[in-house]
Amino acid sequence: MSLAKPKHIEQPTVLYMDGVSVSFDGFKALNSLSLFIEPGEMRAIIGPNGAGKTTMMDVITGKTRPDTGTILFNDEFDLTRYDEAQVANMGVGRKFQKPSVIESLTVFENLEMSLKGGRSVWAALTHKLTAEKRDKIDEIIGMIDLKERLHEEAGSLSHGQKQWLEIGMLLGQEPELLLIDEPAAGMTDEETMKTAELFKQLAKKHSLMVVEHDMDFIEALDCRVTVLNEGSVLAEGSLQNVKNNQHVIDVYLGR
Amino acid sequence: MTQDTLTKGVSLPVRGGPLTRLLMADAAGRRLVMALMALSVVVPFCNLVFPEGSIFHVSTYTMTLLGKYLCYALLAVAVDLIWGYCGILSLGHGAFFALGGYAMGMYLMRQIGDRGVYANPELPDFMVFLNWTELPWYWMGFDQFWFAMVMVLAAPGILAFVFGALAFRSRVTGVYLSIITQALTYALLLAFFRNDMGFGGNNGLTDFKDILGFDLQQDSTRAALFFASGIALILGYLISRWIVTSKLGRVLVAIRDSEARARFLGYRVEWYQLFVFVVSAMLAGVAGALYVPQVGIINPGEFAPINSIEIIIWVAVGGRGSLYGAVIGAVLVNYAKTYFTGAFAELWLFMLGGLFVLTTLYLPKGVVGLWAQMKEKFVTPGGPGSSSDSISQNQDKRQDDNDTGTNKAEGSV
Repeated sequence: MSLAKPKHIEQPTVLYMDGVSVSFDGFKALNSLSLFIEPGEMRAIIGPNGAGKTTMMDVITGKTRPDTGTILFNDEFDLTRYDEAQVANMGVGRKFQKPSVIESLTVFENLEMSLKGGRSVWAALTHKLTAEKRDKIDEIIGMIDLKERLHEEAGSLSHGQKQWLEIGMLLGQEPELLLIDEPAAGMTDEETMKTAELFKQLAKKHSLMVVEHDMDFIEALDCRVTVLNEGSVLAEGSLQNVKNNQHVIDVYLGR
Repeated sequence: MTQDTLTKGVSLPVRGGPLTRLLMADAAGRRLVMALMALSVVVPFCNLVFPEGSIFHVSTYTMTLLGKYLCYALLAVAVDLIWGYCGILSLGHGAFFALGGYAMGMYLMRQIGDRGVYANPELPDFMVFLNWTELPWYWMGFDQFWFAMVMVLAAPGILAFVFGALAFRSRVTGVYLSIITQALTYALLLAFFRNDMGFGGNNGLTDFKDILGFDLQQDSTRAALFFASGIALILGYLISRWIVTSKLGRVLVAIRDSEARARFLGYRVEWYQLFVFVVSAMLAGVAGALYVPQVGIINPGEFAPINSIEIIIWVAVGGRGSLYGAVIGAVLVNYAKTYFTGAFAELWLFMLGGLFVLTTLYLPKGVVGLWAQMKEKFVTPGGPGSSSDSISQNQDKRQDDNDTGTNKAEGSV
């Protein structure tokens, strides 16, 4: 199965990557990677370790500058020109593989900090908690099931709860595109399925790109799958389709 | 801050001005501010009103010593603001203290006028001694008190801004930042030692006569300086407290705990670091400016790297990340220093080092955390209880919570 390179795409895209390459000391972490995500789409990314999944997120979010290639957000902004904070404020939220919440702040404070707007130093100094913001936090807290722990330090949460809190913080940012790195890692089966449900809900309003190893989780997401290998796209299609692809079986699933 | 609001529960919405709101949720800070207010009034009062020999008399020596401690305490608050809350371990904060001190010293030098040894109305003695014929441009304006006071804030502030902008924008953090702050203060030490710099070289600035027309040797002037130091410390504490209790303070904590998270939430980490670094440098400058007229001299020794390291020890001993702990730490360690350098001078540095090691090992939250630590140990049945477990877990997590490369654990020496 060969993949036509989407040089000129007719439909609008939230994320458009074309020919993106990054190398570290001669090692090609991304090798002419091309892929695009439509508005409201959920996409799962799988691939063996070292396939370039995390590097891909790094170049999208402005952490790493690609050597070559184009990355467009909403067909308009060239993401390679901005840094992490600017990309985040444009509407790209990112969840790390290990949960990274602010451990010494409470759940509430974590969420409050994530709410859209007020990123300047002065705005932060004069920040007031309005009823509107309170409502927004209430809404998020309902989705991530942490109501009883609202005023506890985030450091005291279980691993799965931290994952959820971090997802809640992404929602607070109100991003158009969510990049999510292995959300199900360390979750119980039940939590995993709940997370999948949550993502399906989110996909109605946001675009999601989910990196995951857990095949059950991906099956539950029920979305288009892209397989990365050695820094480029190996295959793309439905999970069933991809699973039957001989290349994919050789490099990833078969092992 | 009436008695009425103080007794009400903390969780109730608080009426009253911003000051009331600031202090309501801060029992320790409230006690500290009240104690400092009382001290600022009582000590000068006892010095001036009661005659020598009365048991209520506070000697001018003691008052000046306490005044020095207050300046150190303000310096410690400044360091705690950046280290305790934002994880910026500055080992060069003595430089900002010294710059504020020099700005004040320059004003005091100009105040001497023609009463110097060489009786030159324009030039300070050391310039006459160096055969300089006119005042260097950077000494202009320092005959005006207001100008000197502006420079007390501006000199450390501008240096911190330029230095911080370069460092934070290049994302220099952790140990690397600590090392370059040491280099900064050492470079300034060497520069100020040079006679050509025009700051009195090795001898620095001294032989001050008066401030705003008041004789510095007078007890009343000393008392006023003591009072001013107390007020400056209170204001410095309140400003810092205001910053750390605002959302900005929570962003600072976020930067301390997980810099990458803060960035990906859309916060420009370097601006926050820069802001708090500049504020901290200015507070340090004010501390230096109040210190100089009380001790009567400022020389390049204040830039010595060891001074800056000592500040870190004050904060660590008092309790990092609580602000009032910094005040307690600064006073405790300096009292010990005064005592021990008198009793066994040559051992002091070893004791200071030992104190730091012991604090780091056994008092991670400093003296102010001692009570909570004791309670945990004795109240929780069966030794290390659940809560202490969660604390150590937190620390472990913090060590490895970054899969994105920027490790922030180095803030804690």
